[in-house]
Amino acid sequence: MTAARRVAVTGVGVVSALGTGYREHSAGLKEGRLGIQPISLFDPERLMVKIAGEAKQYTGEDHFSRSELSFLDRVSQLALTAAAEAVEQSGLEIGEELGLRAATIMGSAMGGQQTQDENYYAVYHEMKNRVHPFIVPRLMTNAPVSQISMKYGLMGPAYVVSTACSSSNHAIGQAFHQVRSGAMDVAFTGGAESILCFGGMKAWEGLRVMSKDACRPFSKTRNGMVLGEGAAVLILEALDHAKARGAPIIAEITGFGMTADAGDIVQPSEDGAARALTLALSDGAMAPEEIGYINAHGTATAMNDRVEAAVIKRVLREQARNVMVSSSKSMHGHAIGAAGALEAVATIMALSEGVVPPTIGHEEEDPEIGLDVVPNQAREVSVDAALSNSFAFGGLNAVLAMRRWQD
Amino acid sequence: MAEDVQQGVARIVAEQAMIDAADIKPATKLEDLGLDSLALVEVVFGIEETFDISVPYNANDPSASDFKLDTVGEVIDGVKQLIAEKA
Repeated sequence: MTAARRVAVTGVGVVSALGTGYREHSAGLKEGRLGIQPISLFDPERLMVKIAGEAKQYTGEDHFSRSELSFLDRVSQLALTAAAEAVEQSGLEIGEELGLRAATIMGSAMGGQQTQDENYYAVYHEMKNRVHPFIVPRLMTNAPVSQISMKYGLMGPAYVVSTACSSSNHAIGQAFHQVRSGAMDVAFTGGAESILCFGGMKAWEGLRVMSKDACRPFSKTRNGMVLGEGAAVLILEALDHAKARGAPIIAEITGFGMTADAGDIVQPSEDGAARALTLALSDGAMAPEEIGYINAHGTATAMNDRVEAAVIKRVLREQARNVMVSSSKSMHGHAIGAAGALEAVATIMALSEGVVPPTIGHEEEDPEIGLDVVPNQAREVSVDAALSNSFAFGGLNAVLAMRRWQD
Repeated sequence: MAEDVQQGVARIVAEQAMIDAADIKPATKLEDLGLDSLALVEVVFGIEETFDISVPYNANDPSASDFKLDTVGEVIDGVKQLIAEKA
């Protein structure tokens, strides 16, 4: 077996409610810009919750031809758009030889939800007896992964990881393992999700955990989550490979921890999440004192934020007094299967640019939280090491550990 | 109609608590029946479907709602009020 290698991030691409492209997305994070707005992708008339983090800047026709679009649900479009940016930034040229040593591992919880919604409407409501021939290749959950692999000739392991809100972190963790172990030299990874359609919103409304007005993670006044959408793709590359071709190195992935609560289908457990944080730290050979920033799962539900704060205090001990903890979901909403990927980008921004994204919508301190949640304003401060948390329904926890790039 | 609301609420609560509807009294506290927040969400859903009303309930912040879910009697009163408001 090849010795464990260091894993560099050499490319980042993103589409979110804050904008299309890293420049727009990161500018939004730095400004504390609110990407959550009234729904405009479809008619929200019959919804109770009428706000979401839509990628409003994104239009399919700007990026794809009509014939390409006939095969691409919005979720695949967002994934391909993020991948194009990431690969361009990395400067990677993927010939046949490298293609054989390249993985594609993406997170997506729900797949081509808009295609599914529109076509169920057509057959059940409009009583149509046939649908467009390419509905299956559009809606299958692996479509974004396959589209990326096909576009760039990535012939190594390619699969989608579907673990609800942890999908992206699990995917990035798997890609990290592929590169660290020496099995692959590069990996395209991250996640994509677009569930902002009438049926998707109705399903989430049913849970009664959504806010009608704003996502205010960790604030005492928080009253629920707000859905978002988007995609982010990271290019992971073995450090020696990246150095040999003079690639830009943006950050380093150092560790990954994953656990299952084996408890409840919706209620989170402190134990399961704490074990994931502890595993990520030990996998990355990092001490709690080193962690300067945590990008929280921070959904703004009463339960998640309380449990997550307790977990951070338990695992980081004394360092919990110093660590900055923020939820970028306050700005771009909860992108479900893409959440961890969007948040990895926010974490990478903190490490590479020395700007910690804020938790906006903070109105009142909650004594049950008791952490520095970087309220309302981004903070310019150098961060050497960070964690990014994702905790999914079904009790599936996945935590990434990263470092600022230092040779 | 008043009778219907009382019986309907008792049936919905009893179903979640897995007990006989006859054992449900107006003074019965939902918490004492072992109903957690998820069961409450299902109770609210059952009420909305049965009485064709919309109950303002957010599981994150149940106390913020005007709709009281502490005792069965409060639920019955709340449902009656929502039906009256709708009419």
